[in-house]
Amino acid sequence: MTQSTEEFMLDDIIRGCPHSRDYLISILQAVQDRYGYLSRESIYRISDYLDLPESKIYGVATFYNQFRLKPPGKFQIHVCRGTACHVKGSAGILDTIGRELGIEVGGTSKDGLFSLDTVACLGACSIAPVITINGKFYGRLDNKKVQSLVKKLKRQGDGT
Amino acid sequence: MASFSQGGGVLKKRSKTEGTRLKVGLGACGIAAGAMNVFEEARKTVEENDLPIRVERTGCIGMCHHEPLVEIEEKDGGRILLGEMTPEKIAPIIAQYMENGHIDPDNIVAGTDYITENDPFFSKQYRIVLSNCGTINPESIDEYRETGGYEGLARAIREIDPDEIIREVLDSGLRGRGGAGFPTGLKWKFTKQAAGSPKYVVCNADEGDPGAFMDRSTLEGDPHSVIEGMTIAAYAIGASDGYIYVRAEYPLAVSRLKTAIRQANEAGLLGEHILESDFSFDIRIKEGAGAFVCGEETALLASIEGERGLPRLRPPFPATKGLWGKPTNINNVETYASVSRIIQNGASWYSGFGTEKSKGTKVFALAGKIRKGGLIEVPMGITLKEIIYDIGGGIKEGKRFKAVQMGGPSGGCIPESLLDTTIDYDSVTKTGAIMGSGGMVVMDEETCMVEVARFFLEFTQNESCGKCTFCRIGTKRMLEILERITNGLGREDDIERLETLAQSVKSGSLCGLGQTAPNPVLTTLRYFRDEYEAHIKEKRCPAKQCRGLISYRILPEECVGCGVCLKNCPVDAIRGEKKQVHEIDPKKCIKCGICLDSCRFGAVEVR
Ligand SMILES: Cc1cc2nc3c(=O)[nH]c(=O)nc-3n(C[C@H](O)[C@H](O)[C@H](O)COP(=O)(O)O)c2cc1C
Ligand code: FES
Repeated sequence: MTQSTEEFMLDDIIRGCPHSRDYLISILQAVQDRYGYLSRESIYRISDYLDLPESKIYGVATFYNQFRLKPPGKFQIHVCRGTACHVKGSAGILDTIGRELGIEVGGTSKDGLFSLDTVACLGACSIAPVITINGKFYGRLDNKKVQSLVKKLKRQGDGT
Repeated sequence: MASFSQGGGVLKKRSKTEGTRLKVGLGACGIAAGAMNVFEEARKTVEENDLPIRVERTGCIGMCHHEPLVEIEEKDGGRILLGEMTPEKIAPIIAQYMENGHIDPDNIVAGTDYITENDPFFSKQYRIVLSNCGTINPESIDEYRETGGYEGLARAIREIDPDEIIREVLDSGLRGRGGAGFPTGLKWKFTKQAAGSPKYVVCNADEGDPGAFMDRSTLEGDPHSVIEGMTIAAYAIGASDGYIYVRAEYPLAVSRLKTAIRQANEAGLLGEHILESDFSFDIRIKEGAGAFVCGEETALLASIEGERGLPRLRPPFPATKGLWGKPTNINNVETYASVSRIIQNGASWYSGFGTEKSKGTKVFALAGKIRKGGLIEVPMGITLKEIIYDIGGGIKEGKRFKAVQMGGPSGGCIPESLLDTTIDYDSVTKTGAIMGSGGMVVMDEETCMVEVARFFLEFTQNESCGKCTFCRIGTKRMLEILERITNGLGREDDIERLETLAQSVKSGSLCGLGQTAPNPVLTTLRYFRDEYEAHIKEKRCPAKQCRGLISYRILPEECVGCGVCLKNCPVDAIRGEKKQVHEIDPKKCIKCGICLDSCRFGAVEVR
């Protein structure tokens, strides 16, 4: 069987990292950086490269909050749940986004457009409450503002 | 000895300048507020008009409440700080300044010739660790060296022997800034004395407290100071390899560190034969992957080794058995940055700041319901009141102060009656909170303290690694009780039950995560017991935050019938004709608060 270009690239990324057990987390990060998540295939290939059982790799990948085992949405939303954002109402912001999109934390919408995650402190506490969408910051939000923001993104996603 | 050119007052005139410079604060906070667009617009304006002014980037100067911030460094070294900049504002400002040196005072938030002297935001601070943050270009090793950077390292390697360095750090009185406050010199001594090689030097830049960004700002604004401190430590204890463990959520800090490490290597200040001596030292970066427990030192070491970040029982301490079983010195970012300054300027200079048992300065990230939130550095011994009211300008929107949270999930909430507490390790510990790494979140009358306790417990519960039973199950049971109380279903004996559980979790847990997890509950029970009782006995949330205990209502006398709330309500719980008083159906209402946020007439009431 011939390898697809995607698989070549995956191997390239993995083999570009030091061939050493203590670089497992760095390898997982490099793969997720490129693909947005860790596919079964990638775990299998990392296991092959480091000569570690797949279960061990899943063990590490599921321990850390950073890693996703499912593909993220086209719009990746991160809601800050740090203390400063919390006292400024981030719980309500998170609820509003989840309700508008019909997804829970860690989930991706059926159409693959949105994924929703939380993070602890984005370091932008002075403009709390804060969310990021594909890395771009939106601060000083309230329930109303975030509702409009999500509605706008939904329209963008629909292409309308 | 080197003069300390940048310490002290926050906005000092620079003695050496190279013409007019415009510096845009590009820390993560500035970027979040839109500083990148300001930076690009400023560049464009200067290029297009060929103006004799250099546009540069700098770190966070600390006035996060005025972000995006732009500093103009004048030809004579004077400095003017402009706040709330936008791409639209910056071009005309540059044009006018270049034409006649004038800047509209409305845009100025501080400056050497302006209000700085009397502004307590500046006058009550003293900057040692942050002296370069927001002042130098963090991507320039030359600018760091102009401020006396790497002179401490040169002095260490050329003039003093390793034991003397350790003695100097001991004499300075520096205690670890990662939270526990262990004397840094003593830790170094233990690592030096421990048998085994190689030895490692590790920097804890995991900054787990969710509401704190001191270490991030230091790494982004002055990465060389941390590298220099680590290198001095390595020289003193005889280590050849170093690791910086940085939170993955800090991409900018990682990239600045990488640049700084490369520059230090090229300048012969890192790598083989540092400063042409026999001493060699390498630093590698390891990125964390989002696990709070990895801030705990033994879990952090496990994570560097590529494992799940599970803590180990101490002793043995990392000083004797650390990374791959070898002696390892682990300190926090701020600790290493302080070391650079101490070796540069001497132990007695440093110990001249602070109190008897807590020397030097401490950096805090001031956030929450405070008017002037930001990044501050104060001498130990200052009171909480001075920080919150003089530096922070008091509470937002004239509301009433309720508590200040220190130490994050391991810390506690300090009430108004204890605002005269001084900032030193022992006094803060006495309140039931901890000094922690420097997160300071201010809460006002609209913050529910039971809900805050629930929030922290939810955090620690989620982050508990699951290795030991008390932490894994105990925090879960405590969280269930707190959820019950905030949902209005609290039982008479819940407070007692919480207290018993808290004691068991404290004493039965393996690592600091579990041992300190009950602190937010215990301090709120101690100072805000009446709020717990109101929730349980009267089924009432005094701060009107807990959804299970509040209801929304439209005030007929205020409602103009504009229909905005009706349009926005996600569950169609609002009825009313245009221009008629509207009404909320309590059975349908999910208390999301959107009507409250969208009403422009203040007609929505929470009870
Ligand atoms: C649950 C837990 C989380 C911690 N998180 C951090 C952290 O984010 N940053 C840090 O520097 N120290 C943290 N510490 C403290 C470290 O274990 C360790 O004491 C510190 O890195 C030592 O450095 P220092 O002596 O310079 O303070 C944490 C401890 C515990 C128990
Ligand atoms: S708590 Fe949300 S940015 Fe810090």
